[in-house]
Amino acid sequence: MLNSAKDQPTLISLEDVQKWYGAFHALKSISLSVRKGEKIVLCGPSGSGKSTLIRCINALETIEDGKIVVEGQVLDGSTKSIDAIRREVGMVFQSFNLFPHMTVLQNCTLAPMRVRGTSHTDAERLARKYLERVRILDQAEKYPAQLSGGQQQRVAIARALCMEPKVMLFDEPTSALDPEMVKEVLDTMIGLARDGMTMICVTHEMGFARQVADRVIFMASGEIVEEAEPEVFFKSPKHQRTKTFLGEILAHH
Amino acid sequence: MGPIGENEFFFLMQGLKWTVLLAIVGFIGGGIFGILIALLRTSKTKVARRITAGYIGVFQGTPLLMQLFVVYYGVALLGIEVNAWIAVAIAFTLHASAFLGEIWRGSIEAVPKGQTEAANALGLHYVSRMKDVILPQALKISMPATIGFLVQLIKGTSLAAIVGFIELTRAGQIISNQTYRPLLVFGIVGAIYFIICWPLSHAGSGLEKRMAKAVR
Ligand SMILES: Nc1ncnc2c1ncn2[C@@H]1O[C@H](COP(=O)(O)OP(=O)(O)OP(=O)(O)O)[C@@H](O)[C@H]1O
Ligand SMILES: [Mg+2]
Repeated sequence: MLNSAKDQPTLISLEDVQKWYGAFHALKSISLSVRKGEKIVLCGPSGSGKSTLIRCINALETIEDGKIVVEGQVLDGSTKSIDAIRREVGMVFQSFNLFPHMTVLQNCTLAPMRVRGTSHTDAERLARKYLERVRILDQAEKYPAQLSGGQQQRVAIARALCMEPKVMLFDEPTSALDPEMVKEVLDTMIGLARDGMTMICVTHEMGFARQVADRVIFMASGEIVEEAEPEVFFKSPKHQRTKTFLGEILAHH
Repeated sequence: MGPIGENEFFFLMQGLKWTVLLAIVGFIGGGIFGILIALLRTSKTKVARRITAGYIGVFQGTPLLMQLFVVYYGVALLGIEVNAWIAVAIAFTLHASAFLGEIWRGSIEAVPKGQTEAANALGLHYVSRMKDVILPQALKISMPATIGFLVQLIKGTSLAAIVGFIELTRAGQIISNQTYRPLLVFGIVGAIYFIICWPLSHAGSGLEKRMAKAVR
């Protein structure tokens, strides 16, 4: 653990969240609470609902039942609550999703200008600060297609940071990358974690989980099966499904 | 047989002017309404989607000539005194808005979903999401089809002759009747259309090839 999050206030809480895709029960009664500064790693087999879970937090998916609260704001489906929550929650996608027709700098300045009403000058200053932080400021004038995957993902992180969120959600940020680029993105995330960012990361990078996670959560078939500190989680998983999963994943790495 | 002199040529150029103007007005008017149609067609509101789908269906499912007639006589029926030029401009605008609306609907839907999700995750609202993120990409995707439609529209303006509008083809017909040299006159008229349309088509297919390469 990098810092003690134990006595910090709760930033995100999910209570008994139910999510259906038609007849398919994607999230089954998920309850989870994340304290300020906490780093959570979410893992589990494909289709277990990891992406769905974090996408519900910033209302990219709607939920059928249960309660989600972020920074005291209840997500009730209203535009107002969605706006309020999205201002506090940044997200990084597996496929980067940078805006291809804008330069790196423009990718970073758009949301602060449009959502927060930041002036162009201030937005650029902010963008440069965060591009510097992900060590890619020298590429500011380039277009995403001119960058490597690792560089693009770091820009995506900077773009999210420019909104100065309280929480960052990562959905398999390194899965689409060539192996040699995984490290630069993980290092960026580790840096972020060191600086105290609250993070929920869907990832199968167990080295990362060991190094930064306060808690590792294992999901299967839409349920949270097990959650523990990384030491305990990796050394002595309780459930058979967790053991099987860890066996598979560690065999791959 | 009469000669084709300066006067005849000038008359053809007058016709060409109206052809070009009509195409430009139709394209710009159609472009403005077309964006609206495309946005409604891709909106969350079911009624808006249905209505615009119907609008597009009507204009794609009937001949342009008939649309010209309906607008031309329809406007007259409303008791509004308008000249042929306005009536024809309205008809072409409506026609173009339906076709461009449909082309752009397809392009909006062709922009990867991740773009909308990233914009949403950043908290961008509909207007910014469309204006800053989706439409610039959609317009680029649509370029080959949009240019293709512009070429169709330029050639389609010849149909306006039927309601008495003297554009390039009609001007050619008049000159041909005066000079009894239909082959020569329509040869010239055809060459003029070709000079305008061919570079456009060429640019369109060039773009298409470049974009196909970029996707690979
Ligand atoms: N839009 C959708 N419509 C219908 N079913 C969906 C939709 N999105 C996800 N699902 C289903 O919900 C389940 C959970 O999906 P989710 O993407 O959350 O899994 P995941 O744990 O992130 O998997 P992966 O590791 O493959 O990314 C899957 O079975 C998936 O098929
Ligand atoms: Mg996923």
